[in-house]
Amino acid sequence: MTDSRPIHSVVLVKQVPDTHNVTGEVMTKDGTMNRGALPAIFNPEDLNALEMALQVKELTGGTVTVVTMGPPKAANILRDSLFRGADKVVLLTDRKFAGADTLATSYVLKCAVEKLGAFDLLFAGRQAIDGDTAQVGPQTAEKLGIPQITYAESIIEINDTHVTAQRALDSGSEIVRCKMPVLLTVVGSANTPRSASVRKQMERKLAAIPTEYAAIRAKYPEFETDEQLDAYLEKRGLKIPVWSAEDIGAAEGSIGLAGSPTQVHKVNFVVLESTESKSIAPTPEGIAAMIAELVHEYIVG
Amino acid sequence: MTEQNSIWVFIEHTDGVIAEVSLELTGKARELADPLGYEVVGLLCGHNVDALAADVIAHGADRVILADHEELALYRTLPYARVAIEEIRKRKPEIFLIGGTPNGRDFAPRVSSALRCGLTADCTELQIGDYYVKKDDKTYKNLLFQIRPAFGGNLIATIVNPNTRPQMATVREGVMRKPAADASRKGSVEKITPVFAPEDLVLEVLSRQVRKSTINLKDAPVIVAGGAGVTSADEFALLRELANLLGGEVGASRAAVDSGLVEKVHQIGQTGTTVRPRLYVAAGISGAIQHRAGMDQSSKIIAINTDPNAPMFQIAHYRIVGDVGEVLPLIIKTLRERSMDQRDAE
Repeated sequence: MTDSRPIHSVVLVKQVPDTHNVTGEVMTKDGTMNRGALPAIFNPEDLNALEMALQVKELTGGTVTVVTMGPPKAANILRDSLFRGADKVVLLTDRKFAGADTLATSYVLKCAVEKLGAFDLLFAGRQAIDGDTAQVGPQTAEKLGIPQITYAESIIEINDTHVTAQRALDSGSEIVRCKMPVLLTVVGSANTPRSASVRKQMERKLAAIPTEYAAIRAKYPEFETDEQLDAYLEKRGLKIPVWSAEDIGAAEGSIGLAGSPTQVHKVNFVVLESTESKSIAPTPEGIAAMIAELVHEYIVG
Repeated sequence: MTEQNSIWVFIEHTDGVIAEVSLELTGKARELADPLGYEVVGLLCGHNVDALAADVIAHGADRVILADHEELALYRTLPYARVAIEEIRKRKPEIFLIGGTPNGRDFAPRVSSALRCGLTADCTELQIGDYYVKKDDKTYKNLLFQIRPAFGGNLIATIVNPNTRPQMATVREGVMRKPAADASRKGSVEKITPVFAPEDLVLEVLSRQVRKSTINLKDAPVIVAGGAGVTSADEFALLRELANLLGGEVGASRAAVDSGLVEKVHQIGQTGTTVRPRLYVAAGISGAIQHRAGMDQSSKIIAINTDPNAPMFQIAHYRIVGDVGEVLPLIIKTLRERSMDQRDAE
């Protein structure tokens, strides 16, 4: 399959509200939303992207670096990435990033990827379940000036300079070959993401960002000060780097709300139209009456 | 001299056939353009595809910009994006609509990023309206209102791009209605020959396999769809049985597709297929807005769910509170008995 030098990959991931499992409890009685009721999860297709990057590393050697932009609690998916086999993780967090649309987000990711240095493959999930836009990957690639292979289902071959991959299309698939560095966005059918390794979980369970130190020290009183814990984590490569807008050299006008050309004009809570509606008993009589009515209206032949 | 304001549509095509969604959007563009006096322009990239331009005009375009080059024979991100970016920079359209296909969703963000303009994915409605910004006491006239479900479908958001052009949006196939072709419509074709840089051509398509879809949800008169409440292959077989009895197709919510019980091609909703059948049976589908957006224009809806508060009940014409595994066999039995009675009577 491959005959390649070590390949260095960067994987873009996102922590998302678990919108697939929205239940009645998320909506409150007055029609507003209880966001807290939705658990935050690793965006599913980003796990497929991470898995593809880890498989490449197993074949060619090299490194896998995982990057996310989000609030401090997004450190959870970075720890998860470390448990699954990522070599390095970075959290991009800054109040100034808030309110970003896909364009402003891709700019921040581009700045961070540039700061990380040379890479061969940039991975992302095809789309995130909270917005389903599939835009951030290609927009980041455009800003980095690299080509893109979206809807990637598998990597067929890698050599020193090129990657060959299969893309999913609406009604079929295609095989493309592209010069590296290149972005691949990965679809959910590509693979089955591995679970966290128990060994790595043991070794890396303390991986943390500085704002989590107090909580760790409460659990592990042997660390008497933040400095002590910081030095311990630093030495073992478990201190998760946190980069701000300034750290990555992001221009203020291009990030957050200011860098977002799209604006939300209005938001309507979903009001369901009441239709002429009948309750049907789940009994032979109820069903028969309903079918008779549908036949009468020529809905059922 | 500035060109006339225009609405552009990206015309996708495979094997000499224009994608349905591109013609649907050409029709929508015509609808939006007429009250404003704008021109509708189809952007058609390809090689030896001159014959397709007439179809674009017949569906509502005033003009087709036809970029012909052998490097454009098959869709590829960079050469296609190069053409769009350069032509848009030159001619400054107000609005650019793109089909929400895999290639449309590959192309649109690339173009929007290069032009630094806003893009809204998977819109379920497009309108023209005015947008007032209180902070600046300024009204932006005739913006494209890009309407889509947001945040897990609990909200409907109207997105605008007041300051960047073009205003870009993608729309899935089936969301807009395709207008009837009018062969007598007049329009012009402007042929251009793009020039590519070596970096536009770093990706090559080695092979492309197109398989014909065996299911046709869009044209099915009846759809029997299952959701999270359908929990076994046996229960899915009931959906198939009922669909066959009614001459319909089997549909699914995203939850059912995620569970692995049914293939993605059956998915109905904002990120699947949009359908308007005569009868829609929603079996064990709670009714998140992304799903409803793809089926709420069905003539009649039967909802079956154990949860009496499932949102699907609020748009259903017939509400059956009960278990899919018990209710479906009842419906199947009733229909079978009816057809036997009919045969006896004949």
